[in-house]
Amino acid sequence: MSETKYIPKSKIAKWFDSRLPLLSLSHHLKEYPTPKNLNYWWTFGGILTFCLITQIVTGVILGMHYVAHTDHAFESIEHIMRDVNYGWLLRYVHANGASMFFLAVYIHIFRGLFYGSYKAPREVIWIIGVIIYLLMMATAFMGYVLPWGQMSFWGATVITNLFSAIPLVGESITTWLWGGYAVDNPTLTRFYALHYLLPFLIFGLIILHIWALHVPGNNNPTGIDVKKNSNETMPFHPYMVMKDITALLVFIIIFFWFVFFAPNALGHPDNYIEANPLVTPTHIVPEWYLLPFYAILRAIPSKLGGVIFMFAAIFVLVLLPWLDTSKVRSSTFRPLYRKFFWVLVATVILLGYLGAKPPEGIYLILSRIATAYYFIHFLILLPVLGRYEKTDPLPMSISDPVLDKPGLIDKFKKAAGQYEGDDVRSFK
Amino acid sequence: MSKETTPKRRNFLFTATYTIGAVGIGAAIWPLIDQMNPDSSVKALSTTEVDVSSVEPGKTITVLWRGKPIFIRRRTKKEIDEAAAVDLKDLKHPEKDSDRAKNPEWLVMVGVCTHLGCVPLADKGDFNAWFCPCHGSHYDTSGRIRKGPAPTNLEIPKYEFVDNNTIKIG
Repeated sequence: MSETKYIPKSKIAKWFDSRLPLLSLSHHLKEYPTPKNLNYWWTFGGILTFCLITQIVTGVILGMHYVAHTDHAFESIEHIMRDVNYGWLLRYVHANGASMFFLAVYIHIFRGLFYGSYKAPREVIWIIGVIIYLLMMATAFMGYVLPWGQMSFWGATVITNLFSAIPLVGESITTWLWGGYAVDNPTLTRFYALHYLLPFLIFGLIILHIWALHVPGNNNPTGIDVKKNSNETMPFHPYMVMKDITALLVFIIIFFWFVFFAPNALGHPDNYIEANPLVTPTHIVPEWYLLPFYAILRAIPSKLGGVIFMFAAIFVLVLLPWLDTSKVRSSTFRPLYRKFFWVLVATVILLGYLGAKPPEGIYLILSRIATAYYFIHFLILLPVLGRYEKTDPLPMSISDPVLDKPGLIDKFKKAAGQYEGDDVRSFK
Repeated sequence: MSKETTPKRRNFLFTATYTIGAVGIGAAIWPLIDQMNPDSSVKALSTTEVDVSSVEPGKTITVLWRGKPIFIRRRTKKEIDEAAAVDLKDLKHPEKDSDRAKNPEWLVMVGVCTHLGCVPLADKGDFNAWFCPCHGSHYDTSGRIRKGPAPTNLEIPKYEFVDNNTIKIG
């Protein structure tokens, strides 16, 4: 299956395509060659696109009913929940949609880590992805402030205060972010404006992310280069489209299980109490998807240090393509890295758990160990492993791991023989 | 005009143009950035007067000033003595109690934890004074940081006694 140059059939199509090659673009998207061995972990790109569109559509509609003012915000949320037709559905889809978006993005990121999708020549795709992830966190954080509940207010206070750790200009920066001397109405209105804007920036970056992907083409579970336009690839449509839709339907089932049966399971009950600048809730926790970074923030016994380490935990991902010195992409052929990969997954989950616990006693000790390990993984283990790890032999083509199984070829030949007689040379 | 001077003249013109352009763009962007700073209506609310006649010794009242809680505590004799007895060497952010409370009976502080901005709880923590529940900072009876991640003591706002029963903050 090959990607051929598109030549429009009709005269009108030719006329239009030579002026704005939209038809060529759509032809490219349809015929884009994908490795035939992509597994279900590769369906999360499509799922994430679905998530973003869902958030934008429900968000724009919620924006028609929400009032961004400290006196009315909390009330307007209840108005959406009780009075607006299907308001409850739209808000629950939007709120749980944020969680599902992060669930999918974490799987997508760890997929990239496992199969070495960040390595040359895909570094730019990866870095754009990290920027998208940062913007997602900023968008989600500002969105969580809008209902103006207790967690909204105090979450906003704690996060904006992070910037006050910057020497000399920290205080001026927080005042500038707030538009006052504390989180108040000016903060709420600007967060609303930015919460509306950022998803469109994310949308733009996703176009760049996909564009950058379509230059080298997809990585695949074996991590070896695919011969494009050979029998190793299939056109994106209908083969990957069908696979993406299958995975998407399963994802939607889980998503809407939350929406209909546990819409508040991932939220915090304190956010149904209106914001009160005089009383801090006894236990402030961010949304679950930010917990690992929150644990790192609290693990460091210094205000500035905590902030630096928290941002460094994300920035280290930008450097990843150069920190991992191994020439072999896929963990399938890296026996040691594969083990450390799962230790990293466990560390991040542990950090998430610790981020929800009070920072004292055993929790604090464990968060320090986990934080240290997180950085050791990226800054020490990866560069060292690349030099000393003895990797397994790579297959010659992406078909080998499948066809190498003893007896498999014979089985195919036999099956083919039933249809084409004993001459199996025609079977490929 | 000789051939050698022409490139120099060009370079100068290019540099001058870029510089003027950069200054112009900077000047155009500044209003877009400065609009986010506190506006006049926010700045106008810069003083608050509080009647403290009803506050008993050992009690704290909290008032709102510029959107921030202000703790006004009428300290007991024991609390004042405890605060005065502390050796400055034991402090992360050394400040004498007498510098923090002009009138030792009255302690007026911004009730915002200097770590990440939560409101500390009164009569709690290792020093039986203020304790921040968010990330575990302990403050003493003078509002000085003694234990935990907060870098500095609780801030003392500008205030004065208008008369015996009224404090003007700001």
